Amino acid sequence: MNSLYDFFIAPFVEFGFMQRALLGSLMLSIGAGPVGVFLTLRRMSLTGDAMAHAILPGAAAGFLLYGLELVPMTPGGLVAGMVVALGAGAVSRLTVQKEDASMAAFYLIALSVGVVMVSMRGSSIDLMHVLFGTVLALNTDALVLIGLVTAMTPVTMLVFRRALIAECLDPLFLRSVSGLGSPVHFIFLGLVVLNLVAGFQALGTLLSVGLMVLPATAARFWTSRVETMCVVAIAIGVLSSIGGLLLSYHFSLPSGPAIILSTGVIYAVSVPAGPRGVLATMRPRTSHRTA
Amino acid sequence: MPDAALTFSDLTLGYAGHPAVHHLSGLVPKGSLTAVVGANGSGKSTLMKGIVGMLPPMTGSCTVTAGTRVAYLPQQSELDRSFPARVVDLVSLGLWPRRGLLGRHRSEDKDAVSKALTAVGMSGFEKRSIDTLSGGQLQRALFAVVLVQDADLILLDEPFNAIDARTLGDLIALIKRWHGEERTVLVVVHDLDLVREHFPRALLLARRPVAWGDARETLAPENLLRARRFHEARDENAPWCEPENDHDHSHAAQRAAS
Repeated sequence: MNSLYDFFIAPFVEFGFMQRALLGSLMLSIGAGPVGVFLTLRRMSLTGDAMAHAILPGAAAGFLLYGLELVPMTPGGLVAGMVVALGAGAVSRLTVQKEDASMAAFYLIALSVGVVMVSMRGSSIDLMHVLFGTVLALNTDALVLIGLVTAMTPVTMLVFRRALIAECLDPLFLRSVSGLGSPVHFIFLGLVVLNLVAGFQALGTLLSVGLMVLPATAARFWTSRVETMCVVAIAIGVLSSIGGLLLSYHFSLPSGPAIILSTGVIYAVSVPAGPRGVLATMRPRTSHRTA
Repeated sequence: MPDAALTFSDLTLGYAGHPAVHHLSGLVPKGSLTAVVGANGSGKSTLMKGIVGMLPPMTGSCTVTAGTRVAYLPQQSELDRSFPARVVDLVSLGLWPRRGLLGRHRSEDKDAVSKALTAVGMSGFEKRSIDTLSGGQLQRALFAVVLVQDADLILLDEPFNAIDARTLGDLIALIKRWHGEERTVLVVVHDLDLVREHFPRALLLARRPVAWGDARETLAPENLLRARRFHEARDENAPWCEPENDHDHSHAAQRAAS
């Protein structure tokens, strides 16, 4: 009994940095999970990835001016994310290029600009922090920011849920009954960027999209309702936050990657084992019903 | 003259400078049932998009009488069938004009949805996931969405494609019920026998309107022959359609006088 306590509970009771890391990653899971569900259902998982990289030059500008501080890095990241999202959208709308290609072009440029900017002032350790995050060093400012984004995301999604679902299910229908189609798309992109920026210090620019997309992709194998998918995605995020931090503590693993790796394990289990997974759909049926 | 539900005045709709519906004028009386016929590429779907307002007119105007609620069932629905939704979720989309983004769905709304499902012969399918429906079942469900919208002007773009005889009969019966309820209905149809049998009025398009009025007269052999002569392929070097070398001779006369 005692060893169970030592393994699962003690790290979070004894160390303040573990408590803050847990609080931060739990809040991130709650905000990013439902956003990720809609992102994957709209076949925009890779857009999320691209946006996460696109944040980097903005955050790097903040870093050049103020060092590794979240508060100046956040607005920079927000602006850079929006510029890339709107720029890529504009190129695809005004030219023959499709949005996935223009998005790839924009984010690759943004990522390289960002890495160059961070390297100009910082060490390679700073670069590692920017790319992979420092969830064990979350300060109060960062927690407040994450808390605000987490409070705002589900409220916004609840308010716009009918439009979000209609926009995924039948965009042409939404256009025929309401002018909300485009606004809802941009509100949603705004939520994606906000959640990525919130996850930036904890998980870094390369992995902050992990807590958004991976739980959602895993949740798809467990349910066929949007609402339950959101709940399952949050639950998977919460489980992997706890599991990842414990792994990181006990086995001295880098904490951000450990969290995402835990989500990856849940995904790997869900693909075969979920009720909509490989085993359930591939199982040969020896009997069938009359109708 | 009966009240108009829809008025076209010199309406030209098209893409990239090329007209797909050319100089259409006239009115659709309130409560009428009209079949829109014509070859592929003759502008039928374009006209529908113009009426809903998804395609702005190049010239002229298309006016839906104020206070008319419009329901539109497109030919190529952009419906994402892999989206995790049940039939009842899909049909509840039709509540949007009544409840909008935030209005609570009341019990009478739920009644309306289940009544619509019964009317299209889909009761018992409420909880079914939409990716398990057959083509005909999906078309019935989409008709249920239109039913729930409770619109005064109903636009159906080729609703009978890949539909079996029984479903066709049920959908025609629904359209006749709407007609009986004094709703205005426009349906894009390819099967001319179907039009002669069930539709009082018809509009024959070949980019320009060829004939418009009583269905049997509109579909007379000489009109069909005229409609067949039109060329579907658009001519990149076609001359610009100018008032003076075309039909609007009053402009030319004015210009000559000045």
